[in-house]
Amino acid sequence: MAGARSRHFRRSKRYTRGAPARYDVPMSATDIVAALRAVLPADCVLSHEEERRPFECDGLPAFRALPAVVVLPRSAAEVRSTLVTCSRLKVPLVARGSGTGLSGGATPHPQGVLLSLARMNRVLEIDPHNRLARLEPGVPNLKVSAAAAVHGLYYAPDPSSQVACSIGGNVAENSGGVHCLKYGLTVHNVLGVRGYTVDGSALALGGGAADSPGLDLLALTIGSEGLLMIVTEVIVKLIPRPPCAQLVMASFADVHRAADAVAAIIAAGIIPAGMEMMDRKATEAVEPFVHAGYDLTAAAILLVEADGTAAEVADQVQEIEQLLRSSGASALRVSGSEAERLLLWSGRKNAFPAAGRLSPDYYCMDGTIPRKHVGRVLEAIGRMEQSYRLRCMNVFHAGDGNLHPVILFDANEAGSWQRAEQFGAAILELCVELGGTITGEHGVGVEKLNSMCVQFSAAERAAFAAVKHAFDEAGLLNPGKLIPTLARCAEYGRMHVHGGALAHPDLPRF
Amino acid sequence: MSAEPILESWRERIAAATAARGALRLRGSGSKDFYGEQLAGEPLDLTSWRGIVHYEPSELVLTARCGTPLSQIEATLAAQGQFLAFEPPAFGGDPTVGGVIAAGLSGPRRMYAGAARDFVLGTRLLTARGEHLRFGGEVMKNVAGFDLSRLLCGSLGILGIITEVSLKVLPRPRQEATVRLELSAAAAVAAFNRWAALPLPLSGAAWSQGLAWVRLSGAASALSAARAHIGGEPVATGDASAFWQALRHCALPLFAAGSLWRVSLPPATAPLALAGEPLIDWGGALRWYAQPAESPLRALAQAAGGSALLWRGESAHGRFHPLAPEVETLHRRLKAQFDPHGIFNPGRLLPGL
Repeated sequence: MAGARSRHFRRSKRYTRGAPARYDVPMSATDIVAALRAVLPADCVLSHEEERRPFECDGLPAFRALPAVVVLPRSAAEVRSTLVTCSRLKVPLVARGSGTGLSGGATPHPQGVLLSLARMNRVLEIDPHNRLARLEPGVPNLKVSAAAAVHGLYYAPDPSSQVACSIGGNVAENSGGVHCLKYGLTVHNVLGVRGYTVDGSALALGGGAADSPGLDLLALTIGSEGLLMIVTEVIVKLIPRPPCAQLVMASFADVHRAADAVAAIIAAGIIPAGMEMMDRKATEAVEPFVHAGYDLTAAAILLVEADGTAAEVADQVQEIEQLLRSSGASALRVSGSEAERLLLWSGRKNAFPAAGRLSPDYYCMDGTIPRKHVGRVLEAIGRMEQSYRLRCMNVFHAGDGNLHPVILFDANEAGSWQRAEQFGAAILELCVELGGTITGEHGVGVEKLNSMCVQFSAAERAAFAAVKHAFDEAGLLNPGKLIPTLARCAEYGRMHVHGGALAHPDLPRF
Repeated sequence: MSAEPILESWRERIAAATAARGALRLRGSGSKDFYGEQLAGEPLDLTSWRGIVHYEPSELVLTARCGTPLSQIEATLAAQGQFLAFEPPAFGGDPTVGGVIAAGLSGPRRMYAGAARDFVLGTRLLTARGEHLRFGGEVMKNVAGFDLSRLLCGSLGILGIITEVSLKVLPRPRQEATVRLELSAAAAVAAFNRWAALPLPLSGAAWSQGLAWVRLSGAASALSAARAHIGGEPVATGDASAFWQALRHCALPLFAAGSLWRVSLPPATAPLALAGEPLIDWGGALRWYAQPAESPLRALAQAAGGSALLWRGESAHGRFHPLAPEVETLHRRLKAQFDPHGIFNPGRLLPGL
């Protein structure tokens, strides 16, 4: 979420809940810098505080730490040199793409190296025959499609931050977007990666061929949040750009009817290119900002997109309109031009920055639930707004059940951030109770470590640790992220449940 | 026997194998007994843990226990107008869904709809320690923790027993049509990849013995536009279905060859410099060659950016394409973490592992 970075937390304040776990680092920052300068060009190693400061947080500024050193490599060879040096010195290393992540996955280690891959931003090859692109990890998501456009091809995953977010970061997080239901997540659209394990061993996983021998380590690496390897090249799948797309906007008097309409469209055998829901709090936030013409009298609106050939889209739009009407839509609007379609989308894509207009600060959640529960979850969130005395607007990838509640708070008000954090954790726990997950596309990072204790058993978390151990025995790559320690989960359990009673008995449970 | 005692009996088998330094050969229906480097260990029949646990058509997800027959899943889906879009091959038998996912093989729709692993949403795993773990789930988007569900897809059981899988399912296409064109192998590969770069509703592209077969799936309007563009002669529904089924289940005459190679390549790769013509599937990305085990195919495939698997036949160099040393090291380390005593399917994916 690029747009949010500049706005949503004031730099002067620090909300860090204690530094990440301390590492037994045998060398001082000065010595680390000296060792790295011995193998890297001088301008690749940043040591002054004012140079390191811009890297202290990613798109979730609630978590900050000043890295001991920042390395800005220009080539795979320089990445390898950095890894070999860090491995030798047992220095933690945190990789970072564009810093737009929303879970604190690129929060630096205070005694470690922050490896920014932003300079490695070349499109290495567009192969229109095999329909793939070879990219350095720092290439922004949207640039891939721009580079492929001359061939009528594009890269499908489109996170809201796609102007800024890097393809390497997308691989680390298994990023989604608004068109995942039909076109898949990053894992469905990446054919291969090249890079290095922590000790500098070169690793090539997948590639231009459809199948690779052995275990699917490519799938394991995608979404591994920088804990398993450092990626220096990404091979992505390019697909033909549909010649035509049209958006239907439908208004609903209550969220249950909107949810039923989503199920009705799927049940009719239609997989729309995109299917998004926004509640009234969300449309009220974005409308003054983008003037999309959203129906502010509706409790929820649905945006349903059809794509394909002109004839195909015309047929599908007609069918979608009928299904929406019979599901109780109170008003319908069909985009009459490409400009109108993009305008209707822009409100959805700018929902997070718009939250910044309503509130000094906001906190975006990322739970996924079976679609049928969306009405219940939105009602429960409404009740939680009372309990936590904070407002929450909801945008929702309705097609794939991925919910983005945006909790509004004011960090200058004492206790406000803590209430927002507890509110968010309560939403995620509800998602788990309903058979969903704590993160659909933003990742665990540092933010959802406690929630990992809720979703997974100790044995399941031990399996994640086993994978980490197989790749990175010393635990140098992005330490303290993704996998909570046993001690942390025990402590969270104690905080959460006192004498067998839930911490928030006022909240309805299902 | 009620449900839980089945898992309990498997735990006992795991414990006994561990104590005896033995091994277990995990087995569903046995439809893929021919597949892999070797079969070793005491057979452990996984077919008794069966049944569809949960299926909600409007959520596009089906969860089934590992021993559930593929035929039961496909019939259940068909009753709701849905299907498994990766078209897993059955090899003339009725595989279990656990075996389908453990093998991770996909049929003719693979390049256009996705591979088996693309449809895996969640798995449950019975480990060497007897723990019953759950990864992923029943939702479309889930990035909590490492993606172990997809790692298990194609793992041939070497990391543990997949006891349950949740799969994304899709609505059946509204319409399907197949056209056939007389083309050389080279011209077919070029055409398949030219068409794949256009917004055409392709769902299969294969070539065999001078004929290119192109399947289209989708709305009627999209199909007619695509047929106008592609040309060729329409194939009657029954003939088309027979061809795609035979291709999917590896039942075309070529599959009777005693020595058969399965070659995975970047799809637009020009025909390899070999005598004898292949059967081409996946729009060029999959090519089957009836060639002796000593064929230079492995080197040719690797040079072209792909790999070659000896599907049937014996070779001193193993059936699967050899792994790069760094990749093999990671396999050994993962195996050591998940199955330290090497009791699950030893040597089936990788010699000595």
